[in-house]
Amino acid sequence: LSFVAASALADENANLVVNGEIDMTIRAPAPDHMENMSEVMSGWLFRSSETQALQLDDFENPGMIWVDDAREVFASESGSGGESCASCHDSPEALAGVRAVYPKWDEEHGEVQSLEMQINECVTERMGGEPWKYTGGTMVNMTALLASVSRGMAVNVAIDGPAQSTWEMGRDLYYTRTGQLELSCANCHEDNYGNMIRADHLSQGQINGFPVYRLKNAKLNAVHSRFKGCVRDTRAQTYSPGSPEFIALELYVASRGNGLSVEGPSVRN
Amino acid sequence: MKRTILFAVGLIAASTVVMAGTTAPSDVSFDDQGAIANTLSGAAGDPESGKTIMRTRGLGNCIACHEVSELSDFPFHGDIGPSLDGVAGRWSAEELRGIVANAKMTFPDTMMPAFYKTDGFIRPGNGFTGKAAEGELEPLLSAQQIEDVVAYLLTLKEE
Ligand code: HEC
Ligand code: HEC
Ligand code: HEC
Repeated sequence: LSFVAASALADENANLVVNGEIDMTIRAPAPDHMENMSEVMSGWLFRSSETQALQLDDFENPGMIWVDDAREVFASESGSGGESCASCHDSPEALAGVRAVYPKWDEEHGEVQSLEMQINECVTERMGGEPWKYTGGTMVNMTALLASVSRGMAVNVAIDGPAQSTWEMGRDLYYTRTGQLELSCANCHEDNYGNMIRADHLSQGQINGFPVYRLKNAKLNAVHSRFKGCVRDTRAQTYSPGSPEFIALELYVASRGNGLSVEGPSVRN
Repeated sequence: MKRTILFAVGLIAASTVVMAGTTAPSDVSFDDQGAIANTLSGAAGDPESGKTIMRTRGLGNCIACHEVSELSDFPFHGDIGPSLDGVAGRWSAEELRGIVANAKMTFPDTMMPAFYKTDGFIRPGNGFTGKAAEGELEPLLSAQQIEDVVAYLLTLKEE
């Protein structure tokens, strides 16, 4: 008997080419640091064919509306210096490739920074503005814009050197069984990807597609919002978006997707 | 509206009042194989109630991980754990009670949550709020609900 059929799983051999021109790597050999898996896969592969189709064309992808909003913000002056992002960075395209290597060690601040932290560094330290809310609309839209100009490039976060201890902290969090249900990220996304948990088809929990437009809440969702939801579902006390724990977890999870293409903003259910 | 994947334990599900004859989660004794010899509630289980608990998201939601052919009217069944068809032929009542109460005593490191356990958790939350738990935790299922589920599992004999 198969209840699985009801959720119309898509073709396992499907390929993702966006706008007929951006060829996405959605399956890649697992990075060397991963001991328990041989292949890494984009979350796109685990969605229904209807949901998959929405990501094939920017006119169909609802997430692209906010990318356009962020383009306007990029060109608008704000903060005490009267500058815009464009004053220093010319165009979003000038930042192509950045999404693929974040989170990344920041020498000046002596810490691993997420893309959100780096953006807020420019907003506060360089533009004299108030920090943007970590998972708020302005921020998530800007991360969608910066992801969109890196689409198709391979995720390649550094896990050694000064970033190593943060990465190790993230790995420990990934394998810790939290909450009253005593579940770790690995229980669902390493041991059971491809399986159904009630009506949900489990993916590898990769973050190369973030931010993600979800049909469920009809908006762009930040990586840390998704982490929070998954931890909450173990009946645990979650960490906060932007916390050192979630930054570390983000670096670790990103490194599990090294080799996959940057896909954001992607579409998921 | 928050829809959680696994078990939103109903507010009335696990009563704080420990009924006479009930063994508290911390007092349960498992044998070497993980089985529990005696009834946890002091009363017999009701298979009909157990059947409801098995399929209800707010209660056991066992079908989140297990297929049960007899419950095929209720979508959707997961495939993380083995199908429970014929499970009564594989395990005794005592063993099933142990598995449902705390499966890790039978299968070390299993993904299956412990339904009758209240301590030893890392960062336990206040239900599905994402906030820290306040005060003593309730088990996911009450002693009587465990007995009801066991009674239902005992009806799942190989055809
Ligand atoms: C006054 C100049 C200035 C403004 C305005 C500015 N930035 Fe920056 N930005 C910089 C400099 C300088 C760096 C390099 C700092 C570093 O690498 O640590 C940088 C780095 C970055 C990076 C990381 C690039 C990399 O290769 O790692 C991102 C992303 C970024 N800025 C986004 C933005 C956004 C978005 C805005 C507007 C909200 C903005 N910046 C506004 C000067 C500016
Ligand atoms: C109880 C099971 C469960 C646990 C534990 C769990 N997740 Fe998830 N997660 C899901 C489900 C279900 C989805 C939605 C379907 C999918 O994409 O896998 C999901 C989705 C995700 C996604 C989105 C993937 C995409 O392509 O859109 C990420 C990222 C993720 N999880 C990361 C994590 C991390 C990190 C942890 C641990 C902190 C974790 N998950 C723990 C069940 C779980
Ligand atoms: C999050 C997943 C999950 C949930 C929820 C879950 N189980 Fe399980 N269950 C498992 C796994 C995995 C196994 C296999 C044991 C192992 O890890 O080796 C298992 C094994 C069992 C077995 C032994 C089956 C056999 O044939 O050997 C029984 C009985 C059982 N579960 C009953 C239940 C009941 C009753 C519930 C709900 C009250 C439940 N399970 C909820 C994952 C789950």
